[in-house]
Amino acid sequence: MSPEGKADLAAGARCPIPISDYPAVLLAHGGGGRLTQMLIERFFLPEFDNPALRTLHDGALLEIGGARVAFSTDSFVVHPLFFPGGDIGSLAVHGTVNDLAMCGARPAALSAGFILEEGLPLEDLWRVTRSMKEAAAAAGVPIVTGDTKVVDRGKGDGLFINTAGIGLVLPGIDIAPRRAAAGDAVILSGTIADHGVAILSVREGLEFETPLQSDSAPLAGLVERLLQVGGNQVHVLRDPTRGGVASSLNEIAAQARLGVRLDERAIPVREEVRGACEFLGLDPLYVANEGKCLVIVAPQAAAAVLAAMRAHPLGRESAIIGELVERHPGKVVLRSGIGGTRIVDMLSGEQLPRIC
Amino acid sequence: MKYVDEYRREPEARRCLELIHRTVKKPHTVMEICGGQTHTLIRSGIDRMLPKQVTLVHGPGCPVCVTPLEMIDRAIAIAARPEATMTSFGDMLRVPGSVTDLLAVKSQGGDVRVVYSPLDAVKLARAQPQRQVVFFAVGFETTAPANAMAVWQAAQLGLENFSILCSHVLVPPAMEAILASPDNRVTGFLAAGHVCTVMGYKEYEPIAEKHRVPIVVTGFEPLDLLQGLHMVLAALEEGRRGVENQYSRSVRREGNVPAQELMARVFEVSDRQWRGIGCIPRSGLKLRPDFARFDAELRFAGLDIAVKESPLCIAGAILRGLKKPSECEQFGKGCSPEKPLGAPMVSAEGACAAYYRFGREDEP
Repeated sequence: MSPEGKADLAAGARCPIPISDYPAVLLAHGGGGRLTQMLIERFFLPEFDNPALRTLHDGALLEIGGARVAFSTDSFVVHPLFFPGGDIGSLAVHGTVNDLAMCGARPAALSAGFILEEGLPLEDLWRVTRSMKEAAAAAGVPIVTGDTKVVDRGKGDGLFINTAGIGLVLPGIDIAPRRAAAGDAVILSGTIADHGVAILSVREGLEFETPLQSDSAPLAGLVERLLQVGGNQVHVLRDPTRGGVASSLNEIAAQARLGVRLDERAIPVREEVRGACEFLGLDPLYVANEGKCLVIVAPQAAAAVLAAMRAHPLGRESAIIGELVERHPGKVVLRSGIGGTRIVDMLSGEQLPRIC
Repeated sequence: MKYVDEYRREPEARRCLELIHRTVKKPHTVMEICGGQTHTLIRSGIDRMLPKQVTLVHGPGCPVCVTPLEMIDRAIAIAARPEATMTSFGDMLRVPGSVTDLLAVKSQGGDVRVVYSPLDAVKLARAQPQRQVVFFAVGFETTAPANAMAVWQAAQLGLENFSILCSHVLVPPAMEAILASPDNRVTGFLAAGHVCTVMGYKEYEPIAEKHRVPIVVTGFEPLDLLQGLHMVLAALEEGRRGVENQYSRSVRREGNVPAQELMARVFEVSDRQWRGIGCIPRSGLKLRPDFARFDAELRFAGLDIAVKESPLCIAGAILRGLKKPSECEQFGKGCSPEKPLGAPMVSAEGACAAYYRFGREDEP
């Protein structure tokens, strides 16, 4: 490629399209890719601007009465409400628990807001409630406050849930992208794309020989364990939910002003999930996870952190998948299975299934 | 994963690359026909591992890219109608028409749905007899049999609310058009393995003979492409022409005969407009008169649309292999996947999108 070509590429990565180009919200605005980023950068960030928000972390870090508090919120609109490996209720608990864990915090309490559509079977709501209770108990965090609203039939998709949570940041821990340094190892806590592919296969009525299961799980326990071992050497934590591992690493690279180098062969993907992705024309690197985390850790602590993660039931398949480098700041470069390289870019919109 | 991992192994890839490096002495320009192949080449980094004398150019085999703008506008016009459900493969949704795209129509309440098979669109038509279900039938010979099957099933079921917006194209006439062009640079081809799975490769033999070029039917995994490249480069070095088959685990010379028969029953060859290239005689498929009642262009009024392409887009030169995406002045500036000027920047298989997404680094 010509030198101009390279410059163009960098310009393309920096310059988002004017938001006015789409006068209405597209689904892709919620996809976790560039359009989502644009909404945040052009609407929310400048208007709500404050130091806690500016860090653009999974949750905000606040100093309250001398305590370091993590605060996070997340909304859940998953369809179908029940899917292999979980349901909207357990997902809503895990999502916020995980966001808090990614701040290096031990979750202390959750809130739950329900938006119910007229006509939702009470049996479904009961199942979701039970599931939330169990998920919260398993994560060791109480649901302490909540809210319920009902909208007219046709104005909602059965059930939407918002959860928010607070937690105390563990002593001596400082998780922030700015702490990432060249040479840091990138550890992934297990197989990728399980959640997204499980949801898609139910939604599209695809059947595979091995049923696909969401990986939805609370990560606070795993994170606490790895922080006990890695302590202050753990620099960044991120749960690669929508947009997948590729989007999370792009965000980290941009915020840390460092490059990320990945080894495709080191990234664990379940065989049946790979098969489904091949079949659907999806790249597992961009598919959502709900029970995995990325750990950016100083190289001298990487082996111990990896061992601690592998000893935990939710981190058995943890692997070092790459490292941070000085070169190509803001970019994620992947070494392909046959030894070539390519850039793993942020996704523009939603991943769309291919023609052939 | 079986049948995949075997074709993605590094030691074999290294061996094949060494062979290629040893084989190549002279400069050659090779075109891979299919967009899927373009993506594997760039995704796995093969294009950067080849000898300097080898230039790869990317062919017109991306169905999204070559679907004419007015067809996209027709799909958008249908999708905006209250009685219609527009169904399509996912890639087509983001392709810009002259004013808007299908995703934007969907956000404004149009009933636009992604399906994985045209047969799902037939199912949808059966389930919703009150709605007009239209399938956007684009693609090469690969997708034609399934689309023919959808129309044939709809006919068997007597469905009156199913139709297709047909923009089918054929590979051999496009290859002929590229080879006959006075500014052609291509000296050898990787033919598209999946097209040949359906059609076989008999029809490529006269092309190879007439234009004195080697054509290697090639698969889609990294090792397939490396082996296909080695075969075509060896033929070029030795001055051989003719058709060879790298993808023998899937392709037979005669192809999939029942699929061809079904296609011939439902479709007939017609002239076809190619986006960025223009009209190529006898290069497409349209519904036979017996099945014309399933033609969305006849079912819906007001689809007589004529439009102009962006003068800044050089998709035509890219699709004919005359220019590389990075040689376009708009690449990454006026044109990006968020705001594509032309279709090759949109589709997952488009050459411009491949260059943009898998852009390059200095060091390997």
